[in-house]
Amino acid sequence: MRNLFGFIAGALFGAGLFISGMTDTTKVQGWLDLFGDWDPTLAFVMGGAILPMAIAWGIARGRKPALGGHFPTPPEPKIGRNLIVGSVLFGAGWGLAGLCPGPALASLGYGGGMHWLFVAAMILGMIAAVPVRKWMPAAP
Amino acid sequence: MIEQDWIWGFAGGLLIGLGGAVYLLFNGRIMGASGILGGLVDGSELRHRWERLAFLAGTILAPIILYPLYREVDTHITGNVAVVVVAGLLVGLGTRLANGCTSGHGVCGISRLSLRGIAATVFYILAGGITIVLFRHLLGVI
Repeated sequence: MRNLFGFIAGALFGAGLFISGMTDTTKVQGWLDLFGDWDPTLAFVMGGAILPMAIAWGIARGRKPALGGHFPTPPEPKIGRNLIVGSVLFGAGWGLAGLCPGPALASLGYGGGMHWLFVAAMILGMIAAVPVRKWMPAAP
Repeated sequence: MIEQDWIWGFAGGLLIGLGGAVYLLFNGRIMGASGILGGLVDGSELRHRWERLAFLAGTILAPIILYPLYREVDTHITGNVAVVVVAGLLVGLGTRLANGCTSGHGVCGISRLSLRGIAATVFYILAGGITIVLFRHLLGVI
């Protein structure tokens, strides 16, 4: 059951990324490009996604997940160095290629070789994050 | 044409949020693409590996099914190998250090009014915007 609902969630996610146009790198870069030909699409995608998700958080309050276990507890509201450094590095890569992890995966099936190269590099970066996290001085 | 893009963007966004809602309300997990993949490839979250793999399979398969319904789909990805590799490394490293990306911090975090999610989103959008100014308008690389 967990796998079935995992698959359904993933399929909704992938379908949403595809029809929203977020697997088109020019739309993402166009949104980030305030000084060029600005493309507002990404804001509509974000707004559309936050809506059902906010309702879901409301439903989750005081309940348990339908398939057992517990809802994730909110992390400490602390903005540490890893969060800032990581987000800045991520944003730089996002701007360079116009791909973030979700759309990179969603476009694997039809995007061609460059998308496979991007995902391979992304996985390497994810593995590299393990030693980097240890090496980074503890957040103040 | 642009107006139509907004409507499709919003409709696609609703589906993305619905996916996140299903993953939360049924599986009790936060739908973050970088976390779901990252926990598998670095071996840190192998406990839930099958539901993670099922999620990723859905993410990859759904667009393949939709693809033939569209007359032309182009991801317009750059042909510059160096840019793609550097960008991929940065996205992988950065999202794991920050513990989330556009789906985890952006969609799931903001909708929960999480301070960390909102802060991460501000930082990656700022960094992305500055990267575009630098590499597109000043250096002309992308």
